[in-house]
Amino acid sequence: MRYGMAIDTAKCVGCSDCVVACQTENNVPIGYCRDWIVENVNGSYPNVEIELRSERCNHCENSPCVRCCPTGASHIIDGGIVMVTHNECIGCGACIQSCPYDARYSHPDGYVDKCTFCHHRLEKGQNTACVEVCPTRCLHFGDLDDPYSDVSKALKNRTWKVLAPEAGTKPQLFFLT
Amino acid sequence: MKTRRDFIKVSAAGAGAAAIGLSALNWNGVNKAQASNSQHPVSDEEMTSFPTYCEVCFWKCAGWTYVDKSNNIRKIIGNKEDPHCSGRLCPRGTGGVGMYTDNDRLKTPLIRETVDGKQGFRKASWSEALDLVASKMKDVSENHGPESFALFNHGAPGAHFKHLLHAYGSDNEGEPAWAQCRGPREVGFSATYGSWIGSPEPTDIRDTDCLVLIGSHLGENMHNGQVQEVSTAIERNATIITVDPRLSTIASKSKYWLPIKPATDLALLLSWIHVLIYEDIYDKKYIEQYAIGFEQLKDHVKNMTPEWAYGITTIQPDVIRKTAREMANASPSVIVHPGRHVAWYGDDSQRERAIAILNALLGSWGKRGGFYFKEAVKVPSYPHPKYPHPHWSWKDNLDGKYPLSAMGITTELLKASIPEFDYKHQIKAWIVAGTNLPLTIPNKELFQLAAESVDFIAVVDTMPMDITGYADVILPECTYLERYDTIRSAPHREPNIALRMPAVEPKWESKPSWWIAKQLGERLGLGSYFDYDDFSEVLDWQLKQMGTSLDEMQKIGIKIFPRKSGPLYLGDGEEYSFNTNSGKIELYATEFEDHGFDPLPKFTKHPEPEEGFYRLIYGRAPMHTFSRTSNNPNLHDLMDTNSVWVNPKVADLWDLEKGQKVWLQNQDGVVSTFPIKVRITERIRWDSVYMVHGFGHNNKKLTRTYGRGASDANLITNIMVDPMMGGTGMRGNFVTFLTTDPGMEVEI
Ligand code: SF4
Ligand code: SF4
Ligand code: SF4
Repeated sequence: MRYGMAIDTAKCVGCSDCVVACQTENNVPIGYCRDWIVENVNGSYPNVEIELRSERCNHCENSPCVRCCPTGASHIIDGGIVMVTHNECIGCGACIQSCPYDARYSHPDGYVDKCTFCHHRLEKGQNTACVEVCPTRCLHFGDLDDPYSDVSKALKNRTWKVLAPEAGTKPQLFFLT
Repeated sequence: MKTRRDFIKVSAAGAGAAAIGLSALNWNGVNKAQASNSQHPVSDEEMTSFPTYCEVCFWKCAGWTYVDKSNNIRKIIGNKEDPHCSGRLCPRGTGGVGMYTDNDRLKTPLIRETVDGKQGFRKASWSEALDLVASKMKDVSENHGPESFALFNHGAPGAHFKHLLHAYGSDNEGEPAWAQCRGPREVGFSATYGSWIGSPEPTDIRDTDCLVLIGSHLGENMHNGQVQEVSTAIERNATIITVDPRLSTIASKSKYWLPIKPATDLALLLSWIHVLIYEDIYDKKYIEQYAIGFEQLKDHVKNMTPEWAYGITTIQPDVIRKTAREMANASPSVIVHPGRHVAWYGDDSQRERAIAILNALLGSWGKRGGFYFKEAVKVPSYPHPKYPHPHWSWKDNLDGKYPLSAMGITTELLKASIPEFDYKHQIKAWIVAGTNLPLTIPNKELFQLAAESVDFIAVVDTMPMDITGYADVILPECTYLERYDTIRSAPHREPNIALRMPAVEPKWESKPSWWIAKQLGERLGLGSYFDYDDFSEVLDWQLKQMGTSLDEMQKIGIKIFPRKSGPLYLGDGEEYSFNTNSGKIELYATEFEDHGFDPLPKFTKHPEPEEGFYRLIYGRAPMHTFSRTSNNPNLHDLMDTNSVWVNPKVADLWDLEKGQKVWLQNQDGVVSTFPIKVRITERIRWDSVYMVHGFGHNNKKLTRTYGRGASDANLITNIMVDPMMGGTGMRGNFVTFLTTDPGMEVEI
């Protein structure tokens, strides 16, 4: 079991619904976010291209944040989800520094927070809040080890990339191009 | 000039300013308790959910409001059965919760008063405020007749106040949805097919092979069901052709992006018609069976070749041909989309006619992947006495002008409010419900003059908008999450209805519009029109007539009914009579001819910017609806200001830097009240600038959004009026940059 997500950049319109849905589902305080949108514009008028993508924690198999956490608050659970136990976190921010994706933020209550792949929903057999809300259905989630999962099916027959492959983190977010 | 109606802020000065820029931190500080919960997101089972339909825009997606055990609204999730949203709200709908939590909301009724020569608002009780509005309505009725009381409205509150006004004896009502928005397309399509497009649009994008968008920016314009269907079109590799001087999001996902010279779309459309006809690739069978006027059309477009259009549009002739052939290949599974906000250049009904004609040549009306035949459920009206017959209405003021206007023209109602225009019938007082006129109506001067001229203005809103600054009485409406409203019955593939019910009690002293209207009605002796204690009685009665009940609807939220009007599409060669003069699709519009307008669309050249000026193009961002949402804490967090998009070449010329603040000045010397940040981007043509509509709020009580960004509406002073239906074409305005502070006086 290895959870992963595929983000179809051909379909994402950058609407930020995934961001606000995550905020309301996970009670992320306004002004902070666990997921966000990147817009890349290349070329010059009228030969211009745009890539839009929704980003979040990459739940890296080889996760620098977990390695550098002095208290063990950052850890990996079943399915490869990188989690932070809030009451073990001392808020030192080493993990924030180490993450090549800038996926973590300091919660105003004094701990570090980030995407959990909506673990509390997965436990109940629900999909993540961002995947469930996305109006273009460009987010695909599931077990990468299961060839019939939504994410595996999305990755089949499409080209994809991961972000910052040079960091060697083995990220579990795949961007369909 | 009278000063009584100076724009004034809603309450005492101060607090607001400090919050600007710090909103996120302040918010966290105030809501420590809420933040602390974040370790334990509340599971769905621990909450109660109540059906609603969204009011953040007017697509009206059905959803569920989730309320936790401490009576906090936690989230709003789409209703899976709803064809408007398929269980997925758009970012605005998801962030709709911020409309409820916003601390800047109107909390109590307010009445304008003058103390020591200074105007301000004081808190009032509901009974005092309602008594005052009712007494003004009585005065107007006695002295000028009830017709002199006008209603401006948008969205759900409109229904309740229309009922009140009709009972009172006036049908002078206007909403920006007509003259400022989609009126021209309804006129153009009605003249061709005898049917309006309406909302939601019956575009069968779900099954289309080719989608053509003329300046319409689906994906930024987040009308939910359509955006979802466009996404499936992308997935199916349907051909998307987008015509836009800006590389919109959807343009970037299109097979063809035609970066057209602004204001020339009609030439492109006519040349597409030319190619379809003269290359003989139109749907002959369809045209022969269903249409009239083909020979006239053929003759009309004879010289409108792609080469002719190239000189006007800057689109290469081979691209015009290639895209026309793509459409023909996909025919009839092709949609040349009518757009939604189409009041651009004053000949908009004619441009829409060209779009309608193009669809007819492609045989797409009534065909799978084209336009389906929509159907809605009829909601029976709750019994009430007959409405009195008004002695005059807005139409009588027009003296035959705008003969095809089917809904009140806001700008004409404003003119009727100004004695200097010398209209036959004068408007003396207004109720404004749910529409922020100063940021919605072009030509602010006209609005201001009208507001100064009338004797009385009552404003019903949830927020202290710019419009509330002009009010004599402000009536705080509760948000859609706190109230019952009329049943949603919008046309779709399958007829359906949706219920909106309160999930929580109204905050502060805010009240639902049905209650406000009823209270006013009773004070005016019109109690028999409001024969119920609670609006839920009306709903239950109506729902039972329709074979369901309030009880059932509270559990399911949305109900789908079987179609009664026949299939979604025309069968092959099926007999069909259109609701036009001839019963046929009118390529040659006899309705237009009867009124002395061109029965076939002609291209007219529109003014172009002078040296140093750029055409002002405006549009939408996916997380905002007009000016309604920019103060919503959740949505403000996603996008807190607009910026002016400038092509790098233009930026070079003006020495503009990324993020630099500039003021915009238009061709008439009007300067934006607030500065706006420059966004230098290859996504915009060099002869135009672009900004998202709905920013530049001028009410300090909007602590988050006040003074952020600029308002396009304020820079739109040249209005090109559509002679057929009164649409206010707004894209003939040109702006230049002021890089030093022009010292604008802020009005409040
Ligand atoms: S909700 Fe979907 S379409 Fe919108 S920004 Fe997120 S991933 Fe993209
Ligand atoms: S998976 Fe859940 S926690 Fe992660 S970004 Fe999506 S909604 Fe937020
Ligand atoms: S499209 Fe968005 S804002 Fe409009 S009704 Fe639907 S969810 Fe609400």
